[in-house]
Amino acid sequence: MKRPELVCPAGTPAALRTAVEAGADAVYCGFQNATNARNFPGLNFTPEEMQASVAHAHDHGTKVLLAVNTFPTAGRFNLWREAVDMGARFGVDAFIVADIGVADYVKRTYPDIRLHLSVQAAASSPEAIRYYAREFGVKRVVLPRILTVPEIKQLAREIPCEIETFIFGNHGLMVEGRCSLTNYVTGLSTNMDGVCSPAADVHYDKQADGSVTTRLADFTIDSFAPDEQAGYPTICKGRYNAPNRPDAYYAFEEPISLNLSGLLPALIEAGVDAFKIEGRQRSRAYVKSAVSAFRKAVDSILAGQEPELADLIALTEGQKQTEGAFKTKKWR
Amino acid sequence: MQMSHPSDPNPARPGLSRFLPPMPLFLLQPILKRVVARVARENPSLFNRLGPHKTARFVIDPLGLPFGLLLIPNPEALTFRAFNRRDEPASDARIGGKFLDLLGLMDGGADGDALFFSRDLDVSGNTEAVVCLRNALDDVEGSIAESVAGMFGPPGRAALAGLRRLAAKKGDPA
Ligand code: SF4
Repeated sequence: MKRPELVCPAGTPAALRTAVEAGADAVYCGFQNATNARNFPGLNFTPEEMQASVAHAHDHGTKVLLAVNTFPTAGRFNLWREAVDMGARFGVDAFIVADIGVADYVKRTYPDIRLHLSVQAAASSPEAIRYYAREFGVKRVVLPRILTVPEIKQLAREIPCEIETFIFGNHGLMVEGRCSLTNYVTGLSTNMDGVCSPAADVHYDKQADGSVTTRLADFTIDSFAPDEQAGYPTICKGRYNAPNRPDAYYAFEEPISLNLSGLLPALIEAGVDAFKIEGRQRSRAYVKSAVSAFRKAVDSILAGQEPELADLIALTEGQKQTEGAFKTKKWR
Repeated sequence: MQMSHPSDPNPARPGLSRFLPPMPLFLLQPILKRVVARVARENPSLFNRLGPHKTARFVIDPLGLPFGLLLIPNPEALTFRAFNRRDEPASDARIGGKFLDLLGLMDGGADGDALFFSRDLDVSGNTEAVVCLRNALDDVEGSIAESVAGMFGPPGRAALAGLRRLAAKKGDPA
């Protein structure tokens, strides 16, 4: 049985060390700017931190995948070029990219460093993936969370590169890499500025009855009753009033997290090469729990044992989990 | 942004405060001052993560304790002091939760998002400042709570161990 790589999130150097200690085969992380899709305040790595963290990871046999996975706009390409140059200098093991210009720059400048295609590129057909492999030498594709396991198996037979799938974490998919909801409301783009629902535009208003209303800029996204589980303040997880609907409802997605712990054997069997845990914006505590749980599960499966799956529900959004499209296209 | 919060009309809350005598805050202030000075000295990079929010006024509301805390993480003029619930100072952001959950956050043992999802953490005011503070504290290696407890020798460490046992128990009274 092929040993899948466990790819784990690191939003800070401390989280990176936690992931390494908890058994990550690889960690993914980014710089403190718009070059990566988790450009949140107070998160990510300065160049000095990145350099020290790559050294730490390598000392422990863990790979570092640098996320440079946003789309540069005219006049700003230097920022992406600098991120790639620094990553190469610090010895990262791969770049995770979405934009073909960035992919082209990596291919021409650092042909020996692996290129992974970010989920943000939303490449799901064999034709699209083969194009990236042929033109830029992409070695691995991170699949958008819209394919079933049988579809992934079929895809694996038709493409010349490795497959990485998400197995746990946030489940805000829309058409990945194309979502402009945040841009519409706040003027900042998930895809070009790297931040969905910028915290500066998020407001929580507690009402007298103990309920909490969540707003993004001037838009009310949801209102949670005093004892109701809450979700992220993203538009895709909002609960809205609509004509012909008696009550407010989740128009796009529900606050729910992906958890594929029950599908790991099927994914390995389908030919998946790497499992990704989402959550660079989460804490060390999250990283420790999620990485340890999946480390154990993957190791048990490889040893031919029934995996013991720790209960990760406490870490999930809305304290609800789903196998999403991996299980069925009708997950909602 | 400054926002004031109405003071709690009923400071007698359920939870830990039931078991505690009224808190002479003047005894607490020098301890808090030492605690924050030490954390700042040992973790100077914490302030970089706070960015423009170094001067933000954070009110921390440990539900179940008879007092609240005001934190201004400005390295030039560090402030960390307790206040009586009747005199809550103006703040930019407010973070409320059970004392033991807040301790878990400082300790790297609890996940802020999970506490938020389960509604055990209340955040209001400047959300960006809170996110920065959370990320800054989460990057502090080891346990802040432990290093603080260590300042008070064996009694400090025993108290922390006791608190952690309490946190681990179901039916946490705080
Ligand atoms: S709104 Fe939802 S789908 Fe769109 S970028 Fe944000 S999290 Fe992703």
